[in-house]
This record gives sequence, structure tokens and C-alpha cells, in this order.
Amino acid sequence: MALIDLNRREIHCKIVYYGPGRCGKTTNLFYIYNAISEKYRGKLLTIETRGERTLFFDLLPINLGKIHGLDIRIQLYTIPGQSHYRATRKLVLKGVDGIVFVADSLRKRREKNIESLLDLRNNLKEYNLNLEEIPLVFQYNKRDLVSANIPLLTIEELENDLNRELKAPYFEAAAIKGIGVFDTLKEISKRTVKYVARKYVFSQAQAKAEGGII
Amino acid sequence: MGTMVVTAEKVKELQRVLDSQLLAIGVSLAILIDEAGNVIVAAGNENGVDTTSLAALAAANFGATAQIAKLLGEEDFSILYHKGKRDNIHFTKIGMDFILVTIFTDEIPLGLVRLRVNQVAHELLNLLTEND
Ligand SMILES: Nc1nc2c(ncn2[C@@H]2O[C@H](COP(=O)(O)OP(=O)(O)OP(=O)(O)O)[C@@H](O)[C@H]2O)c(=O)[nH]1
Ligand SMILES: [Mg+2]
Repeated sequence: MALIDLNRREIHCKIVYYGPGRCGKTTNLFYIYNAISEKYRGKLLTIETRGERTLFFDLLPINLGKIHGLDIRIQLYTIPGQSHYRATRKLVLKGVDGIVFVADSLRKRREKNIESLLDLRNNLKEYNLNLEEIPLVFQYNKRDLVSANIPLLTIEELENDLNRELKAPYFEAAAIKGIGVFDTLKEISKRTVKYVARKYVFSQAQAKAEGGII
Repeated sequence: MGTMVVTAEKVKELQRVLDSQLLAIGVSLAILIDEAGNVIVAAGNENGVDTTSLAALAAANFGATAQIAKLLGEEDFSILYHKGKRDNIHFTKIGMDFILVTIFTDEIPLGLVRLRVNQVAHELLNLLTEND
């Protein structure tokens, strides 16, 4: 649930990085955290097990500056990708306004990517949301491994497996080197803020049309 | 799931309730958050407290506890309480979508905090859900 605070003149949106275990969600947040100046970010909160796997979520609040005089504040969350954390993933999705689906380019992770996208779809359904409607961007990660002679899925294969019908924007990335990280963030932020603003304007217009309680 | 809009007047009213009912009995910090983990309004001494992280963790904690309740066949745990050496923290659900977090020292009896929180819960919910 986005929050529009007219007192502090801020819009708060929640963007969730989703995807299978070890695909690089936490790596995205760490890169963003290290790359932007302290003025534009809050504390990075991580809840992880000892082996650096996300146990509950990571959270990085960032500030994107002003649009129409309103400060845009975005909370970036990651979910725990390991399959047995399904209940936890659903909790983290609560109130989501936009989604980055990070897919693992490793060929052997092909099924995991597909499973994770299906899991996302099912979890959204429980909040009456669907993938076709909510702002969504794909990130095909670990493209740097092309040069390491490790079998990777091609972009065409990834597109065909995950994005054939959704036709959401996608970015190739090597999150560990920061490649594609900000392109992904910019696109999803733009779409999410637009979506939240449109819903707000629409609800206002509707209230007026219904006799103007607002 | 819609978008929650709070106006300056609304914040003032919410703050007044927190001030007059909770800070007045000595609660050090009261924070009203939504279940996505956004801070809607905070009243009291925020010094050194990262309210953004606190709100995210409180919302997650509440969500996790609700799931545990379900596994046990309980309705819900509508109150959570943690006791520290000096500070105590109390979480109460306000309606379906909000959580009130209160932080207070041992000098204030838990019973009194509970009583006041119960009294304001209704008032806060009305303010949060009414249209103005
Ligand atoms: N080569 C390469 N490795 C990467 C890249 N992105 C992440 N990794 C590595 O992949 C491993 C898992 O990354 P994480 O960011 O922890 O994965 P995650 O998606 O948060 O995993 P969970 O928390 O279990 O869901 C780490 O060892 C990273 O260093 C990338 O672009 N290229
Ligand atoms: Mg992680």
C-alpha cells in the first residue's frame, strides 16, 4: 500500500525484488546501497542466516528526489528465494507497489526461474493483485558469466520462458559488477510512481464523481 | 490494496491523540504504521531510533506472528509485547491494516499502557478510515 503523506509532502512506495534463491536480489541492494550517497538513502536492513542467504527480507529505503513538489521515497525489499520460505515471501509482498523479477541466467536454474515466477503469481493472487497489472520489470542477471564458459540461458530463452506473454521491460545485468542495476531501478521506479499517482488521481476523481466525500 | 493518503490535518489529529493519551502517561515514543511498514505518524522522543527500520520490522514481526497463530489454530495475536532491561515495546493491531507501536520504560506500568492503548485504538481507527 503506497502512502501519500501530504503533511511531509512525501510519496512512499514499496518495490520488491523477487526471484529464485541465489539469483542476486540481495546483491542488487548492496550495490545500490554502496553507489548512492548517504543523503539519498537510509539504513540497509538485512535479516539473513549465517550463510548470507536471506532469511526474511532486506530493506533499503532510498529517496529519488522531487516530482511535482512531492518527495519520492522508495522502500526496496528483497524476498528469501529458497523455496521453503514461501510463507515469508507472501508476507514481504504485503502492500507491494512494484516488482523486479531477477532471473538467474545459469542454464541449470531454468526450472527455478519458472517456478519462482509462478510462486510470485500465486502469492500476488492472495492479495488480489496480478502480474499483468502491477508494475513489473525483469532483470536477467549474471550475464558476466558468459565469458567464464558456464552454460547460460540466452536472452531469447529467458524471454520465452518468463516474459512471452507479460511483455514487461527487461534488462541484462551483472549485479555483482553493478551492470544493469540502476537501469532496472530507474525503470521500475518510474513505472511504480506513475502507477501509484494514477491510482490516487483516479480515486480522487471517483470520489468527486460520487458526490465528493474527499 | 489502495493508496493511503494522509493530510496535514489528519496527521495533526492523530498526533494529538498520541500526545494526549500516550505521551501524557509517560510513553517515550508512539508510532503508528501501516502493514506495509510505512510510518504514518510518530510522536515522542525519536532520538536515536531508526523509525523506518523499526516500522518495517514491526510489520514483518506482526505478519509472522499472525501466520504462527494460524498454524496453531488461533484467531490472531492482536497484541505483542517485548520486555527489555530498560525499554519495553508493545505492538497493537489497529483494525485490519494498521499497527500502533509504543515504547516505554519500566517506570510506567504495563497495565496502564495496555488500558490506554485499548482506549485510543478505536479513536485512531476512526481517524484513519474516515474520509475528510
Ligand atoms: N557472477 C555473478 N555472480 C553473482 C551476480 N549477482 C549475484 N551473484 C552471486 O550470487 C550469489 C547469490 O547472490 P545473492 O544476492 O545473495 O542472492 P539472493 O537472490 O539474495 O538469494 P536468496 O537470499 O537466497 O534469495 C552470491 O554469491 C553473489 O555474489 C552476478 O551478476 N554475477
Ligand atoms: Mg538474498
